[in-house]
Amino acid sequence: MSESGTAPEVSTGVAAAKPAHADPARRRRLVAMGLLGLASLAMPLLGTSYLLSAATLALYLAYVGQAWNVMMGFAGQLSLGHSLYVGLGAYVAAGIFVHTGVGPWASVWLAVGACAAVGAFIGLLAFRLRIAGVQLSLLTIAFAELARIGFDHIDALGGPGGLFLPVVNRGHVDLLGFRGPPTLYYYAMLLLAAGALALCALLLRSRAGYYWRAIREDEAAAEAVGINTFRWKMFAVVLSSAMTAVAGTFFAFYNNSLFPEQIFGFERSVEILVGPVVGGLGTLFGPIVGAVTLVVLGDGTTELLNRAGVDLPGVRQGIHGLLLLLVTIYMPNGIWPPLARALGFEAKRL
Amino acid sequence: MGSLTRRAFGFAAAGALATSALPRRLRAETAKLKVGVLLPRSGLQAFIGQSCQRGADVAPELLRQRLGVEVELMNADTESNVDTARSRAERLIEQGAHVLVGAFDSGHTAAVAQVAEQRGVPHIINIAAAPQITEQGYKFVFRNFPPAPEIGRNGLVLLGDIFREAKTQPSTAVFMHVNDTFGQSMAKGVAALLPTLKLPFKLLDTIPYDPAAKDLTVEVSKAKATKAELLLLVCRLNDAVVLRREMVKQRWSPMGIVSPGSPGLYEEQFSKGLGKYAENCITNTVWFNPKNGITHDFSAAFKKKFPKDEFAFHGINASYTFDAILIAADAFKRAHSTDHKALAEAIRHTDIPATDRVSFGGPIRFNAKGQVEGNRSVVLQNLGGKPTVVLPKDYAEGKLVFPMPKVG
Amino acid sequence: MPAASTIVNVVVSGVLTGIVYGLMALGLSAIFGVVRLVNFAHGELMTLAMYGAVVAFQRLGLDPFLSMAGVAVVFGALGYALQRGFINRFVSRPEHAQMLLMLALAIIIGNVLLLAFGPDARNVQTSYQLDSFELGPLLVDKVRVYAAIAALVTTALLGAFFRLTLTGKAIRACADNPLGARVAGLPVAHLYAVTFGIGAATVAVAGCATVQLIDVTPGLGPAYTLLAFVIVIVGGLGSMVGALLGGLIIGLSEALAGLLVSPSAKSMVSFGLLAVILLVWPRGLLGGRR
Repeated sequence: MSESGTAPEVSTGVAAAKPAHADPARRRRLVAMGLLGLASLAMPLLGTSYLLSAATLALYLAYVGQAWNVMMGFAGQLSLGHSLYVGLGAYVAAGIFVHTGVGPWASVWLAVGACAAVGAFIGLLAFRLRIAGVQLSLLTIAFAELARIGFDHIDALGGPGGLFLPVVNRGHVDLLGFRGPPTLYYYAMLLLAAGALALCALLLRSRAGYYWRAIREDEAAAEAVGINTFRWKMFAVVLSSAMTAVAGTFFAFYNNSLFPEQIFGFERSVEILVGPVVGGLGTLFGPIVGAVTLVVLGDGTTELLNRAGVDLPGVRQGIHGLLLLLVTIYMPNGIWPPLARALGFEAKRL
Repeated sequence: MGSLTRRAFGFAAAGALATSALPRRLRAETAKLKVGVLLPRSGLQAFIGQSCQRGADVAPELLRQRLGVEVELMNADTESNVDTARSRAERLIEQGAHVLVGAFDSGHTAAVAQVAEQRGVPHIINIAAAPQITEQGYKFVFRNFPPAPEIGRNGLVLLGDIFREAKTQPSTAVFMHVNDTFGQSMAKGVAALLPTLKLPFKLLDTIPYDPAAKDLTVEVSKAKATKAELLLLVCRLNDAVVLRREMVKQRWSPMGIVSPGSPGLYEEQFSKGLGKYAENCITNTVWFNPKNGITHDFSAAFKKKFPKDEFAFHGINASYTFDAILIAADAFKRAHSTDHKALAEAIRHTDIPATDRVSFGGPIRFNAKGQVEGNRSVVLQNLGGKPTVVLPKDYAEGKLVFPMPKVG
Repeated sequence: MPAASTIVNVVVSGVLTGIVYGLMALGLSAIFGVVRLVNFAHGELMTLAMYGAVVAFQRLGLDPFLSMAGVAVVFGALGYALQRGFINRFVSRPEHAQMLLMLALAIIIGNVLLLAFGPDARNVQTSYQLDSFELGPLLVDKVRVYAAIAALVTTALLGAFFRLTLTGKAIRACADNPLGARVAGLPVAHLYAVTFGIGAATVAVAGCATVQLIDVTPGLGPAYTLLAFVIVIVGGLGSMVGALLGGLIIGLSEALAGLLVSPSAKSMVSFGLLAVILLVWPRGLLGGRR
């Protein structure tokens, strides 16, 4: 079974160490990022509450998509059960909060630990036992389902009736308990998404990045020159699951209610990966571009349908599916690579 | 004050009073109450969401006639997804919704409630059973639907009424339940309440099953093997159909099939799909009040707008959704204002008599947590292919049949 | 410990259910084995077939076991057209692209069904739908027996096709060695399309067989896709008999787990079994292919 996780387009080698002012492309990139950064920071002041909630959702999807992308881009494994980590992270943090009152800043580490352990287990299956490709993808689905049914039976965490976090006054900001107005959550998610992006960019430039590229280009050769491919692939998988755990913790404190059926569902796993795939699998900015595109497309379609007076349930999702179809057919590497080219950038690959 | 005589002042005062009163009343009457309706009209809960929507669709016309209030519906589809529910709620508020109604699913409702509370917009929950939603100390969230434990308790108490009315009682029972909110809550309720309620049967076994299960042969085999006389069943619609079919295939005919409180047995798909085998199945559930004038008006309006639908099959969904909008309209009438705070205050002081609501219960009054207490359940039995109220006697539309005759 | 008669009844029913599960997964296995396409729209195709059976019953009064052949032919043609005209371009694309394509198709089909048929459940009610064969203490569900027969016949037909006909052998050649097949001059695109058509036809048979057991709603797809995946992983992707075997194992284990342990956790047993089987036989029990 050939490892066909990466699209044909390959980035051109190592970035040359030219000073910023001398390299117009790099300058353009920095300016663009700076503008985007400013816009993101100012969003709560410029936008309405609705736009803020949409933006928070987009950032959430961007973050979780970036986390998923790490496993796909660095380790080449297609996970179809990433909702497992979201759910596990959410339940660990929420469970600790409900039973002991300890806030998310402490419990998130436990959530990360739990997910990292599970991720390591799945990595072991993939790399030591050679369950890879389609089999692994399908196995990840099975694990998410196991979690769903399992958590349905844990009464201490609410079971199928759901786990509700006690909500206190949301007027003022309580950083320690991570409670406050929606603006708090927006900035938290912005920080996470930006952090994930920065982390991936850093990793790309680091030794790890070189090893990953080497492994992806030719694993046998990499092994031959002494790279411990198992260790680096495991690192990617564990990192991916650990990052997703944080998203789960955020989800728990943002929505304040968790249901196994909803959080471990296959639809959630799909929701996580559609962003990166549509945006550009294995690229650095793909998940963000994809997440924003999907949220804009989704809400935009609803708006257009409302204006047109169409009130038929199911039409919006149908159009959504159609748009996904079109992107898959006409932009096989995702939206970001051609967009980047058009804007004069180069789509950085993981 | 000089040249203004007392009479002139009197006239002026009267004129001022008249002109200030008249436009305000006129304003209130010609002003519309914008109600944002959030329901899952697509996705996995589409069937129920669309059923609830019917109750909402009938509301504007009926409320104009009965209350003289203009209601404008702003419908939004939560798509059976919590993120969509949240963003639709935000969007509705932004588009000027004065009050929100929804959202059926407990998870979505909790998310909408958060948004409503945060934005200070009143949210009237039509249907959602998780008790925790009204335990969060919200000031803008109101619910006219009993939480699952209350439905369970009422349902179990009514069991005793059934046996008394029928002058027969089973000595053994088996309890099958779907592993979801209702099922879990009911299982706890049964365990806790059975000894105290002095119900006459011995519970032989409790058999939970996964709502996603496509095949329930094993579950029915286990239940049949207990040789219990009564089947207590907490289910959803799809598995109710599969279960009943399986019971027929395995030739198991207990003395009664009774749901102490859950969807399924009284629904259209069950009756249409099982024909004679659906007959005489019993559900103890919240329902509409068949004796109220407003219910007759409501069902007539429902029939006019949806001639192809049988009102009884949308009994709970349509009635409770309508009542939520009724509460909003009634509050609007008293508040004379569409201001969110004023509306919330007016809702808080709601006092709709038991005879002026479609859903069955006492007067609609909200307690300190924003919850209505005293919503009652009825004993519903499938008679002649339709869910019919058989108990309490005062509200009965038909006669209880128990034990269930064996169906050939 | 349950009574012997209960155990026997449960085991027999588990076997029958398992065979029907296998029938459901056959199409998925065939398509993957040859075209190497993971069909994420599998459940939606099955739902579509179930609606087809409902329509055939309501408009033409045809019993699903009779309309089976007709629906299968229609789906076969549909599948051929879909593969040849559309999916074929994606065969050489990476997995995730194929996956997204089929997912998008699944979303479209699901929502078109919602728009066309509404969210209400539809069913087929025949006169024998709730009958059982009685063999002493054994009560065997008639519909499941007929469905199991349909499953076995279909598997036999497929087996015969792939082993005895020229087209079938050519398809197997494509599966074993796509490049070699092309070099040898085999019309690969056409053969892939035939395979997809066969897969779709098999799904149609499964749908017609199941429509009397489960009422059909537009949202039924994803659950069936998941179930089919679990079965083919256990039985081995690409093996017909493997799909049946996988179905049997899942059906039987669920039945026994439900009886002896707890019905609400019986799915955990099948997923757990899946994990264990994969650990020992990473390719599935009968999955010999690449």
